[in-house]
Amino acid sequence: MVPTSYYIILSAALFAIGVLGVLIRRNALVVFMSVELMLNAANLVLVAFARERLSIDGQVLVFFVITVAAAEVAVGLALLVAIFRTKHTTDVDEVSTLRG
Amino acid sequence: MESLQIPPVDLRLLTPLLIVVGWASALLLIDVFFVPNGRKKITGYLAMAGLAVAGLAGIPLWNVSGSTFSGMLVLDRYSLALTWIFLIAGALSIAVALDYLPRHEIEQGEYYPLIMFAVGGMILMAQSADLITLFLGIELLSITLYILTGFAYPRVASEEAGIKYLVLGAFAAGFFVYGIALIFGATGTTSLAGIADYLSRQPFAPQDETLFLVGASLVLIGFGFKIALVPFHMWTPDVYEGSPTPVAAFMSVGTKGAALAALLRVTLAMEAARDFWLPLLAVLAAATMIIGNLGALGQSNLKRMLAYSSIGHAGYILLGIMVAAERGAEAFLFYMLAYTLTNLGAFGVLIALEQRGEAAWSIDDFAGLYQRRPMLAVAMALFMFSLAGVPPTAGFMGKFFVFTAAYAGGLGWLVLIGVITSAIAAYYYLRVVVKMFMQEPVRDVRPELTRGLNTEILIAGVATLILGLLPTPIVLLVEQSLVALGG
Repeated sequence: MVPTSYYIILSAALFAIGVLGVLIRRNALVVFMSVELMLNAANLVLVAFARERLSIDGQVLVFFVITVAAAEVAVGLALLVAIFRTKHTTDVDEVSTLRG
Repeated sequence: MESLQIPPVDLRLLTPLLIVVGWASALLLIDVFFVPNGRKKITGYLAMAGLAVAGLAGIPLWNVSGSTFSGMLVLDRYSLALTWIFLIAGALSIAVALDYLPRHEIEQGEYYPLIMFAVGGMILMAQSADLITLFLGIELLSITLYILTGFAYPRVASEEAGIKYLVLGAFAAGFFVYGIALIFGATGTTSLAGIADYLSRQPFAPQDETLFLVGASLVLIGFGFKIALVPFHMWTPDVYEGSPTPVAAFMSVGTKGAALAALLRVTLAMEAARDFWLPLLAVLAAATMIIGNLGALGQSNLKRMLAYSSIGHAGYILLGIMVAAERGAEAFLFYMLAYTLTNLGAFGVLIALEQRGEAAWSIDDFAGLYQRRPMLAVAMALFMFSLAGVPPTAGFMGKFFVFTAAYAGGLGWLVLIGVITSAIAAYYYLRVVVKMFMQEPVRDVRPELTRGLNTEILIAGVATLILGLLPTPIVLLVEQSLVALGG
């Protein structure tokens, strides 16, 4: 059996990659993927803890997270399509006109 | 692993929430099949009726308290009082949108059910006693707001605001979920009562609780984004400026209010770890009050100014939350009510001045408003006085309660910062008043006052005055509403 701490380390690495991706990458699609990575890192750690503690609560939360992530991406892609129609780019820096 | 058991469910405790969400779902279909294009106002009136019914259905629950869904959702007077505040915010946001949407040629019937879904998410957050339901409430609110922010398609600014809000909101959700996961790992539970139980089992020793503390910090970051606390506030001015004004009005009171209400419950559950979160929240509150008000100082765009001012107000409200156990919760509820009404009123005046094709948000457009529309100018002056905290308005009483509660709770230095920043804030609020009353019009702006807008501004104005002049009945109500919270 793989120790829980391994899962935590792996998920922390995934989470950090996700955070860096959101902060560094400029393509909106890649930003969405990075957010997904963050959420899935959380899912991994939830499932690992749920197994360690023999409790089902963590696994229930994972289902909710997956559903919410799907809804979020659906809205995000719709907005992206709407922007692409007028601006013909998915680069978050070129989209940005509101400043202050 | 234990087998999955279906817990007993008492749906009566969720009546307002179920009515709002059920009505909104039905309304989506009714709007598509029965409401003809160009008469979408009907949907708006139906949505307001739904919110009113939900509010009335809450009245018999005043003397009821309890929890259901395995203790994941609770009903107490605290959540009920917040439910009413949220319903009022939703109804007023619909009232101002009735004429705004057709005038800007973005009238789509979905607007009204979406506002209702957002209100449902806010109520869910107020009733949550578990991090899972709290997460669901936040996301129900946020996802509908992403859509509403980008509602003014094909205006690019609106779409841009939508995508900015979505990316940062999803980013925050990532922190929030990861925080929940770590708290679950440390305590073995996601219920707030379970966490409180875990923390009070032995004296709190930070060095042994790394996992829990990291988790709690991540959850706090998630809250920080939703409430727009400095330094997680960068998105606020852009998103408010880009989104349709009624949506910005709704966001400025809704998201903040619901997230702060949930934060209050979370901090109460973590009372045993007070030594850990109090300094963190204190620094955040101080930074929020200072940066929010200084940021507003340099704005000549009134919509952006109100965005920064809403950041500053979140800082003041946070003071009440930090001392929630000692009278702070009452101050919080009162401030929330006062701020909701005042801010919605101020945005209502902004909407009246906004015309199709051009955004009259420059402070110069307010010059000489008194000569053209005396009543509108007087109303705006009242809202500005209330936001600045000048007596005898609701804002003054709210600030008074929050500051006294925080001072009694031993946060004297934060109160000092609060008073100083309020004085700074008075400058940019009163600047608007001076422009309206003492200067000649610079540009010919014709405010359009329609019935919905008139009603909204009137309700907000009268309520702002009443809360300021006769706060006693409301204070009594608020005090009663915290009986069950143990506050």
